[in-house]
Amino acid sequence: MNPDGGDEARGTADLVARRSYGKLIAFLAARTRDVSAAEDALSEAFALALKDWPRNGCPANPEAWLLAVARRRAIDAFRGRQRGEQAGEQLRLVSEGLSQAEAGPEIPDQRLALMFACGHPAIDPGIRAPLILQAVLGLDARTISSAFLASPAAMSKRLVRAKEKIREAGIPFRIPGRDELPERLSAVLDAIYAAFTEGWTDPAGADVVRRDLTDEALFLARLAVELLPAEPEALGLLALMLYAHARRRARRQAQGEYVPLAEQDPSLWDSPMLLEAEALLHRAAAMGSIGRYQLEAALQSAHVFRCRTGETNWPQVVQLYDALYALAASPVVALNRALAIAEVDGPQAALQAMPDAAADPRLTEYQPYWAARAELLARTGASAEARHAYDLAIGLERDPAVRRFLERRRAALAGC
Amino acid sequence: MQYLLMAYVDEKLWPTLTTAEKEQRMSAAYGPYVGALNQAGAVKGMNRLRPTGEAATVRVSDGKPQVLDGPYADSKEQLGGYFLIDVPDLDAALSWAARCPAAEHGAVEVRPIWVMQQP
Repeated sequence: MNPDGGDEARGTADLVARRSYGKLIAFLAARTRDVSAAEDALSEAFALALKDWPRNGCPANPEAWLLAVARRRAIDAFRGRQRGEQAGEQLRLVSEGLSQAEAGPEIPDQRLALMFACGHPAIDPGIRAPLILQAVLGLDARTISSAFLASPAAMSKRLVRAKEKIREAGIPFRIPGRDELPERLSAVLDAIYAAFTEGWTDPAGADVVRRDLTDEALFLARLAVELLPAEPEALGLLALMLYAHARRRARRQAQGEYVPLAEQDPSLWDSPMLLEAEALLHRAAAMGSIGRYQLEAALQSAHVFRCRTGETNWPQVVQLYDALYALAASPVVALNRALAIAEVDGPQAALQAMPDAAADPRLTEYQPYWAARAELLARTGASAEARHAYDLAIGLERDPAVRRFLERRRAALAGC
Repeated sequence: MQYLLMAYVDEKLWPTLTTAEKEQRMSAAYGPYVGALNQAGAVKGMNRLRPTGEAATVRVSDGKPQVLDGPYADSKEQLGGYFLIDVPDLDAALSWAARCPAAEHGAVEVRPIWVMQQP
């Protein structure tokens, strides 16, 4: 065997896997709704490609080659598993797909339909993001579980169950109609954002076991924009993620220490990425339908503008938070709104505007709530209360760099 | 695919309704719904159930049937009727569930029917 051919074959297989994995899965599973069978068939096809391509050369159309092999494997698997009418029906569905694919050189892109199936309201919201990451990008359960702080075995079981539900409950692979689209799209966008924020909390990669999923999430957000270019919320989400991603390098010092937004060096921000975010946000705004992600992106834009120009824009920021709260009330939004109020009306007003942890038990375990409370209390001079809040925030934080940052703030309290 | 739509409503409310309200809740509301289901050719079977006070629940333990008075589970809303429908996918089933009058004052559970393999 020619070792160069092996490298080239592996390279092509890697490239196709990265570029077309989700497209091939979506196409294979769209009719049967059987994502697991599609994954098995495609992984066998990739395995065969790594054996065949080095010997016989890479095919002219690697995707069509993989699809043809995967379809044969899927048909064999159905034959082996099922007998009678059911198998006949499944075979008909699989081969119907085959003849469609052979009709044209381009494999129809059904990734969006696949994402809508994974983000279906009948699927447990907590598994939607992992499911999309697996089905569209082919990430394995181990990689996903480390990002979502779950055990690989538990994550794998939940993914299998969710795929079973798509097949057995008859969750369709389709793009929802106009009347349902906003709600169904927001479930998909929420899942993409969840994948992004899971990766985002460990930007330094200090924890080597945890895999950073920000690039994968950005790929999905770009895909959503590419496939739904007229949906302002899809644009808003991509803008929001790019604003956050552009500041990635500034969030940590060289030694890995955490740097809050107000103390970041704007020269470390990724300017082309910020420009792309601005442009996306303008495009979305021109469509005249405001939503949660556009507002969050607008807030990021306001923060970036303030840090770069030094011009204070806190009253506008408070207004944006008011709008966001009216649209998507959550304790987290209320908390951030209170922090903006602190800049306009002072820390006492902000403490009054803060959501009450006693009324919402989710807040009692939310680190940013206690960190924000501690900052505000420190500014009013209530050192003892501030210390207590810092202690809770430190105890709740899982990122060591953020813990050290909070410890330094606690040490700076008056009367230490 | 076949789905069972199970209509859960608070059966305690029923005796408190006036005749006009009962008429409104049942024939006026369900008549058009059943009409639409029939017209779509989606319905395979349907029934209204007598109240849970008339239910009995059986369980065999140590080989002996134990019969208990009442429904299997006590809940705020009770299974009051069902529709067995045949539609292309879950979304179609969910939209029939959303149109069901019980969804307005109760809840409708949608369960896919287990397809038995041919021997």
